[in-house]
Amino acid sequence: MKSDRIAAIVGVAESDIGKIPGKNVLQLQAQAAKSALEDAGLTKNDIDAVFTAGNWAWAPNLMLAEYLGIQPKFTDSTNIGGSSFEAHVGHAAAGIEAGLFEVALITYGSTNRTNPSNSTFKSPLTAQYELPYGLPTPVGAYALAAMRHMHQYGTTSEQLAEIAVATRKWALLNEKAYMKEPIEIEDVLNSRKIADPLRLLDCCLVTDGGGAVIVASKNVASKLNKKPVWILGHGESHSHNTIANMPDLTVTSARESGKRAFEMAGITQDEIDVAEIYDSFTITVLLTLESLGFCKPGEGGAFVSGQRTAPGGDFPMNTNGGGLSYCHPGMYGIFLLIEATRQLRGECSSRQVENAKLALVHGTGGVLSSTSTVILGGD
Amino acid sequence: MIKDLIHSAFDEESKPFWDGLMNEKLLIQYCSDCHQYIFYPRTICPHCFSEDISWQESCGNGRIYSYTVVHQAFGQFKGDTPFVVGIIELDEGVRMMSRIIGDKEQIAIDQPVSVVFAKVENELVLPYFQVT
Ligand SMILES: [Zn+2]
Repeated sequence: MKSDRIAAIVGVAESDIGKIPGKNVLQLQAQAAKSALEDAGLTKNDIDAVFTAGNWAWAPNLMLAEYLGIQPKFTDSTNIGGSSFEAHVGHAAAGIEAGLFEVALITYGSTNRTNPSNSTFKSPLTAQYELPYGLPTPVGAYALAAMRHMHQYGTTSEQLAEIAVATRKWALLNEKAYMKEPIEIEDVLNSRKIADPLRLLDCCLVTDGGGAVIVASKNVASKLNKKPVWILGHGESHSHNTIANMPDLTVTSARESGKRAFEMAGITQDEIDVAEIYDSFTITVLLTLESLGFCKPGEGGAFVSGQRTAPGGDFPMNTNGGGLSYCHPGMYGIFLLIEATRQLRGECSSRQVENAKLALVHGTGGVLSSTSTVILGGD
Repeated sequence: MIKDLIHSAFDEESKPFWDGLMNEKLLIQYCSDCHQYIFYPRTICPHCFSEDISWQESCGNGRIYSYTVVHQAFGQFKGDTPFVVGIIELDEGVRMMSRIIGDKEQIAIDQPVSVVFAKVENELVLPYFQVT
């Protein structure tokens, strides 16, 4: 490990998650931010940088910071979809390293389940070349990738189902998880067809919810009660916007973002103890594992077979139950960070991965469009 | 109306493409500096930033790069299911999204396809593809 201890995650929290009628996105973010500050042992006045991503306002940072009564010295509204929050962590670490601020608040909130936002733009611009064909997004785009991967490598629906089943097993160990019933491979294979080859149980949940993450400098982090979770490496990239422009449907920009994160951290894939990998769809995970170099291209199906990612398996992954079974309010990336932090602090009781020292967190946004990778280390 | 989804995006940059379809021509672009084809339409080459770009008629032939049979669709496409959306790689090397029509049994990745000009609405022709 070569990375210096510069910045750490010092506080995490979810808001209410699941079906939350009667709460708006600002309430959810305020609730999560307050809990994350309590978790860190910091107060609102300690925050000097604000990060959020959403499509619920024309400039979400302005509305959120005003609502919370914060006038930040640093503000970042990077929105690259579900991986935005891993990018925010990277940007926060860079800002702290540059001496621009000491404590950053990263939040997300969504009422995707009870009150979906209908952000419409005046013009679809380049989407005009895809909208007329009726592909349901995002699922149809991921289906195109899955179909290509199956064609190129012989990946099967059973192998994709392994991911859904293993993730559900983790959810059953998490009292906050939305899904409470166990499933078998057959249940996934018999669930309703959505867009071939993806079926209902290959797809993430649609829930409400919010989350918050506090990132602090070494100076601040070392004075707090809980042990800091160090940001050892990060990387980000995006390769396209719409799916027809993805250079290779079987390779995501995780290849670049992951490579940079591993290099910065000075560690290798086999040193990771626990992985939190964005699971908007089962195929998202499979492509990501390959692109991050946990296995070779085309070997993702074999890698996840035999419930290797389930509790007790030799590659613990998505230990909160994931976007597939725990919660998925539109842009899920912040919840990956929350779970990885709890794992590295040893706060996960029955789902705790023993001796978890190094965690990989990986967000994917859009239609396999953007990726950001963060490598975290316990104190 | 499908056109309602997209007509606000019709501008000088995209108009030749849509007008071409009304005349049963699939127009793509070509960069005279780096000798590569371009789709979707732009005023600057995404490969080399040249502005020396011209419109050319595509041969209309290509292969299926990937496809999906859609069983659950939204909005005005709800009633069309099941239908097939694919990414077509034209012989010129560019890729575009399209509907793939015809016998579903014949549809497979790498199958050769050719363009069919589908008048989906009075004022809208789309380039669909079918297996050749
Ligand atoms: Zn060029």
